[in-house]
Order: sequence, then structure tokens, then C-alpha cells
Amino acid sequence: MKLAYWMYAGPAHIGTLRVASSFKNVHAIMHAPLGDDYFNVMNSMLERERDFTPVTASVVDRHVLARGSQEKVVSNITRKDSEEQPDLIVLTPTCTSSILQEDLQNFVNRASLESKADVLLADVNHYRVNEFQAADKTLEQIVEFYLLKAIKYNTLSREKSSTPSVNIIGSFCLGFHNQHDISELKKLFRDLDININLILPGTISVNELKNLPKAWFNIVPYRETGLLTAEYLKKEFKMPYISRSPIGVIEIASFIREIQSILNQQGLNTSFEEYIHQQTKFISQSSWFSRSIDCQNLTGKRAVVFGDSTHASAITKILCREMGIHVSWAGTYCKNDAEWFRNEVEGLCDNVVITEDHSLIADLIAKTEPSAIFGTQMERHIGKRLNIPCGVISSPVHIQNFPLSYKPFMGYEGTNQIADLVYNSFTLGMEDHLLELFGGHDTTDALTNTLSAEDQIRWSTEAMQELKKIPGFVRGKIKRNTEKFARERNLLEIKLETMYEAKETVGA
Amino acid sequence: MNSKLNIEPKESLLTFECETGNYHTFCPISCVAWLYQKIEDSFFLVIGTKTCGYFLQNAMGVMIFSEPRYAMAELEEGDISAKLSDYEELKRLCLQIKKDRNPSVIFWIGTCTTEIIKMDLEGIAPKLESEIGLPIVVARANGLDYAFTQGEDTVLAAMAQKCPETKTLLNKDNQQKITPNHPPLILFGSVPDAVANQLTLELKYQGVMVSGWLPAKRYTELPVIDEGYYVCGVNPYLSRTATTLMRRRKTKLIGAPFPIGPDGTRAWIEKICSVFNIQPLGLEEREQKIWLSLEEYLELLVNKSVFFMGDNLLEISLARFLIRCGMVVHEIGIPYMDKRYQSNELLLLEKTCLEMGVHIPLIVEKPDNYKQLERIRELKPDLVITGMAHANPLEARGINTKWSVEFTFAQIHGFTNSRDVLELVTRPLRRNGSLQQLAWNSYTLDN
Repeated sequence: MKLAYWMYAGPAHIGTLRVASSFKNVHAIMHAPLGDDYFNVMNSMLERERDFTPVTASVVDRHVLARGSQEKVVSNITRKDSEEQPDLIVLTPTCTSSILQEDLQNFVNRASLESKADVLLADVNHYRVNEFQAADKTLEQIVEFYLLKAIKYNTLSREKSSTPSVNIIGSFCLGFHNQHDISELKKLFRDLDININLILPGTISVNELKNLPKAWFNIVPYRETGLLTAEYLKKEFKMPYISRSPIGVIEIASFIREIQSILNQQGLNTSFEEYIHQQTKFISQSSWFSRSIDCQNLTGKRAVVFGDSTHASAITKILCREMGIHVSWAGTYCKNDAEWFRNEVEGLCDNVVITEDHSLIADLIAKTEPSAIFGTQMERHIGKRLNIPCGVISSPVHIQNFPLSYKPFMGYEGTNQIADLVYNSFTLGMEDHLLELFGGHDTTDALTNTLSAEDQIRWSTEAMQELKKIPGFVRGKIKRNTEKFARERNLLEIKLETMYEAKETVGA
Repeated sequence: MNSKLNIEPKESLLTFECETGNYHTFCPISCVAWLYQKIEDSFFLVIGTKTCGYFLQNAMGVMIFSEPRYAMAELEEGDISAKLSDYEELKRLCLQIKKDRNPSVIFWIGTCTTEIIKMDLEGIAPKLESEIGLPIVVARANGLDYAFTQGEDTVLAAMAQKCPETKTLLNKDNQQKITPNHPPLILFGSVPDAVANQLTLELKYQGVMVSGWLPAKRYTELPVIDEGYYVCGVNPYLSRTATTLMRRRKTKLIGAPFPIGPDGTRAWIEKICSVFNIQPLGLEEREQKIWLSLEEYLELLVNKSVFFMGDNLLEISLARFLIRCGMVVHEIGIPYMDKRYQSNELLLLEKTCLEMGVHIPLIVEKPDNYKQLERIRELKPDLVITGMAHANPLEARGINTKWSVEFTFAQIHGFTNSRDVLELVTRPLRRNGSLQQLAWNSYTLDN
């Protein structure tokens, strides 16, 4: 047993659901107790999804516990098949259902005989893998299933496209700024004259997967999810892939050069050097911005970085190599990727931290006392408590990190976004510091001293205590309204009853 | 008036239906989110998996960051395969909690996993209690058996058995207690302190003294419950607690409608008074005054229709209140319907429908969300009260929604808070009214 208050990565089934429900017309059925379908809430609230999330539960209740699921799972699958007519139904076990040790594969086999849809059992171990690993695995499983199916029915497109094309692997719901990143990547490939063959799992139907091998190469923009699929495609179809994330001008340049070498190996004779040069110097503002005198102030300022391996490593590189900021330590919670992470940031920061324990990170931040933190929502809160500004650069995140406006982290526009984020985090810290030095804003008295000053109305002790329980941001208003209410009734003292009466009568 | 309240099943005009139970609701472990705030000296330990933990951290949002007094005892593979001793593991964690937080009580919340692997929490707790010197209360708030607010029911039922009796308190210094001129009354149900004060005052006006609340503000202030005491519930989802208080603590349950809305509050007070042979004074005027102050909201609600998809068991009381406000209720979905515990609320619902001249809504137990959505598409109600999984997709299809979860977190009890309920119910109507100039209502590609 482990005492845990908070976790960076969710349970395995969340990863499976994120991938499955991102495909067009794929339905996931969770074998889970009542209440485990909160994925639908996350999807509907965070992504502000307009459509019903294609996830339902085949509820495990007391009866199932006593007698097994029997016909329940099969009938839930066939029912969904006729109601929604999906191309694929993914039966998703949860940690609860996996210890029941029911033969879910048997249910899947039976259900696929009766339903038009294909039916798959998500193959993940809930006690050994987390959300990201499960997403990675599920994506590979679905891709493999449909490619084998295409081979079997002889529908596989083995012919490469006539002009260079690419598959983008790993665009799915609830990803950090994922929608914007994908738009930015599309723009980048348009600039490079490379067609996009497929973006998966988002936006495509499983029936299109047979066209995967048509692309000249694959990219995996987020290494947490997609590497297994890319490896599979490399092994089976000799498709090269790039797993470097195009975040920050230096990495984007390397990313584009990798593409260049892949294309040239396949017989093209092309150079993107001029493009890289143009973009870096004139389209992206970030390298000029780093050079501008404003940014001199950031030199040697200390920061710490924590997040998933993709974003934490990328931001560390940007801070260190592109902005001259001193990174005291960089860390990730992706323990399974520790070795890769270490290699990437080695030499760019004083220390590397690999942990899933947020309290350890909190302690470290307190000890380090950096000028700014770049982390997840958890680090933002730690920063709030310690009065250190924080830029959010990685999941897990809240609804405010699903912005409506265009905010990619990848590509050349992404470099601008990141430069703003980094700069604003530091200046805010500076401003705070100066305010403290000069004694802060002194407007608080003026703001609260408006109405209640003259004829003093007394508050009884109980009423005062009750008032103190009201959250700070509305307390002043309630106090004023209650006093106004008492004044109108010529009351000299506000008792508990007066407060309640005021609320009943005027809604104070 | 007492005799009138007996249920005559043959005469009841209410119709009940039971569907497949394929509906969305919160896991009952969510009760720790409000119970740890209510019981100030408690610590809640949820013994479960990452799935439970992720739910709490996502559903409870920001609260998680203010050093809450709850944590997960996250089960690992060794716990599932019984390679590790449950007793030793729990002891280790509880000692750490004692050291770090020093609570007066630790609540163990059993989950689906502890049920399936049959972890004997009730057996371990008493042994560990004496070893670490802290009371441990075990509640099985799992998704195999319960929905959402029923989690509170399992916790309160467990606490009911821990309430002291007068005879066990003899050694402690005898507090000067004013004895009421009626048998002692204990109210049960977790409500914010302000609401508890309001309801207590409301009864005090009528000369009814509340001897204690289950739960109290602190675990160490749990009320004395002796045989023969009267108890009355304030929430509709507390049937196990009611049963425990009657059977195990030998108390008498006052069956009443719940104090939600001015009508419910009045009926609740009247019922308690009638049991104690007290003639309530000025209640009718009090109720009228509240209704008058709600006029602006009622104008928005009258003749509008509402559909409860059902997920928190407050549905019957809320529907009854909204019908009294002039609304038409199409359907009342509800996870679980205890017809005995809610009998007086059901009677009041029926009576309200007759008096308001509206058809009596169908009550659907264990609803099927898919079928409900088909009915909603057909009925086009003015408002759907539903969980967050369906709210945005329904709004995108031009249907006003109110998240049901808010009713469990807002202050909705008593005369004083009737306004808050209507504030919630009318918010989507007011908001969408003010968006009328946008001239489009549907935000999807289909239909």
C-alpha cells in the first residue's frame, strides 16, 4: 500500500479510453462498477466536447460479483452495436474488473460473432502500466489489428504516395495543447511540401488505417504515446520514424533536418536549410527576443522544470540553450522513460529528478527557491503557496489549459508562445518582488472603507463568527448588504438571525 | 394528521419504473469531499486503486491542493495477491497519518477492490484502533452497491454506532444540559454548519430543541443517542443511517418530507411538531413570506418543463419543490428509491401534483441514460437536470441543462436557502435568455 494524495498520471483505462474514443466511430465499453465512467465528465468538461463521449459502462455490481457477468457484457456490446453502429468496440477492463479474472476475451469472441462492429479487448495490465503506457499500447493494438485485417483481405495499400507524405501518430483527446500543436504541424508540413497521409487516432476512422503504409515516414510528436506504433510500423513495413518533438527553435531545426535526411534517403534531393534559416530568424520571434536587451535580465535566473518527458525535456533545452536561464533541476514523472530523459537533459541542468511523488517535488522547490517554476498544475499550486510564479508546461492540467485561442507549443508559432510564457512568468515574479520592496499596493483600505464606516452597527460574536466562515471574496458584499438591511430596520446589533433574515429577504 | 400520512399502496397515484441501471453518476467515495470538511478533526483514508484516486483528484478539482485531510491507501499488486499483510500495511499508513496530521478519528472508506478481494476492514479496525490509540470508523462506500450521495449514508450509518450513550458518559463531568419538554431529538445528515444552525433555530422558534446532530462539527462532539430518542433525517439518501438508528440504537424515526424548499421545510417542521404534540405557530406566514421573496424566480419557472436524469437521490424532493413553483416535471430519474424512508416525501409529491393540477411524473429507478436521451429528444424539456457527462452535449443540441452535482454542494435546506435552489435552477434559463440575440441554438454538425 502506498499513501497517495495526488498522482501525475492516471490509471491505465484512462489511456485506453483516450485513444479509443479519439478515433471516429469507435465505442469503448468499460467493464467497471458504477461511477467509474468519470472519463466522460473529464472529456465533456475539459475539452468542452459537444458530442456525447462514446464510452459506456457495462456495470459491475453485486450480482456480477456473485454470479459473473454472464450475458451482460455480450449483450451490452451487441446493444451498442445496433444503437450506434460503430466500426469498432473496445472492451476496456478497469482495475476492479481485472481482479475479477473473468474471461473477457471469451465475451469479446462471442460478441464479435453477433455484432457488425469489430470487437477488441484492450490488452493492458492495470497494476503495471499508467495512463500513457496504456494509451501507447492500445494505439498499437488497434493499428496492428487493422493492418493484419487488411493483409488478410488483401486491401492493404503498400504503394508509397507519389509525393512525400507523413503520418502523425499520437493526436488524441485530453492531450496538453494537442489540437493547437497538430494545426501547427500541419502548417509546418505544408511549408515543407509534405502531404499528411493520416493523423491518428484523432480525426480518422479505423477503416483508413490500411492506408498507413502509404506514407514515406512517421512522426511521434509526443514520445509518451505513439512509440510502440511507430516501432511496429518500422518493423513490419520498414517505415522510418522521428520521435524528436519539434519544440523550441533548435529542436525544430533538428527535427526538420531529420525529415530532410529521411526524404533524401528515399530518393529525393531536397534541402530545408534556407527554410530553417528564414523561419528561425524572421517568422519565429523567439530567437531575436532572446537576443533583445529585455531578455538580458533573465540571464542566470534560476528555474526548475517538471512534467512529462516530452515537455520537461523540451522546456529545459529552451531555457538553457535559447534563453540563458539556469535550470537548477529538471525532472519527469514518466519513470518508464527515465533513461531517455536523463540523456536528453544531462549537462543542461544541475540535477535530474525522476519521481511520481508530488510532495518530494514540493520540498525540492522550497529548498531550491527558484525565480520561476515550469511544471504541471500541481507545481503551479506549490508555487502559489511559496509565492513563486509558475508557467504550466505539461499535463496534468485544468480547464484553463484548454485555451480557446491558438496556443501551440510545437513549431515556430509554438516558440513564440513559449517565449511569452517564460518571460511573463519571470516579470511577474519581478513585479511582485518590487511591490514587496516598496511596501505593496496600498489601496485595500480605500476599497473596503466605503459604506459601513459611519453609524457603527454592532455584530454579535456568533454573527461575526458566521461572517468569517463566508469565503473572502464575497464576505465584504454580504457584510455591507446585511448592515444595510439592519440599518433599514433600525437594528443596532446584527445577530445570527438577522443574517439569515437578510439572506431570505434580500438575498444578502 | 399523523394517521393521514400512512401509505396506502393501492391508493397511490405514483408510478414507478425500473430500467437497466446504465446511467452516469459519481462514485460514492466522493462523499469524503464534503465529509472531511464537515467533520473538522477527521481524516479519511480511501483504500482503493489509482482509479479511485484519479476520480477524487479530478472530481474534487481545486480542493485537493489545500492539504485536504484525506488520502488514498493505494493498493499495489502485492496487496491484491495477498503477498503483503493488510493489517501491517494499514498500520504503517495509519501511524504515519497520526504522526503527520494527528486527527481524532480515521475513516476507512472501503472500495470496490476491497470488496472483491474481501479485505476484512471491519475485522482489522478494532484491533488496530487499540494499538494506535485512535478510533477507526469503517464505511463501505463502493460503486458495486451504491451511488454518489449514498456514500454519506454508509459513513453516517457507521458513525451512528459510535455515538456515545448517557450511561457510558457518567464519569465525564456532567455538563449542564437544558432538558427539553419533549423527548430528545437528534437530526441526521451532513449539512454545512450554517445550515445546521438555521434548521436548529427554525425548530427552536416552535419550541423544539435539537439535542444533537449526526454528524457534529467534530468527531469528539458526536451526540449522545439513547434508546427511545427521536431521530429525523434532513437528506433523502440516508435510509441505511435511519435503519441503523432504529434497529441498532433503538430510536424512533420521525418520517417526514425533507426540508428542501419552503413547502418541504414547513412540512418537515410540522411533522416534527406533530410528533411532539406541539402546535406550530406562524409557520404558514413564514412560508408565505419566503414564497413572496421568490417571486422573481417563480416568474421564470412557471409552466416550464423539467427532466431529472437522476444521479444523487435528491430528485424526489427537488421535483416536488419545482412542481410547487409551477413547473411541469416529465420524469424523475433516481438511482435508488427507498419507498419507506421517503414515504412522506412521496406523499407530499403526490399531494403537490394534485393541488397544482399537473400530471404525476413517472419515477424511474436505475435509469438508462441512452433511453432517457431518446425521451429527452422527443419531449424537448425546458430544462434537464443531469450530470456533467451529458450537460455540454445537451447544451450543444439546444437543451438547457443544470449540473445535478451542484445541488449536493450548495446550501439547499430550510426556508433560508430556498432562494439558492432556485438560483441554481434558473441560472441556465437566465443565462440562455440573455444569449437569445445570438440567434442560433444548435452547436453540432448533426441535426
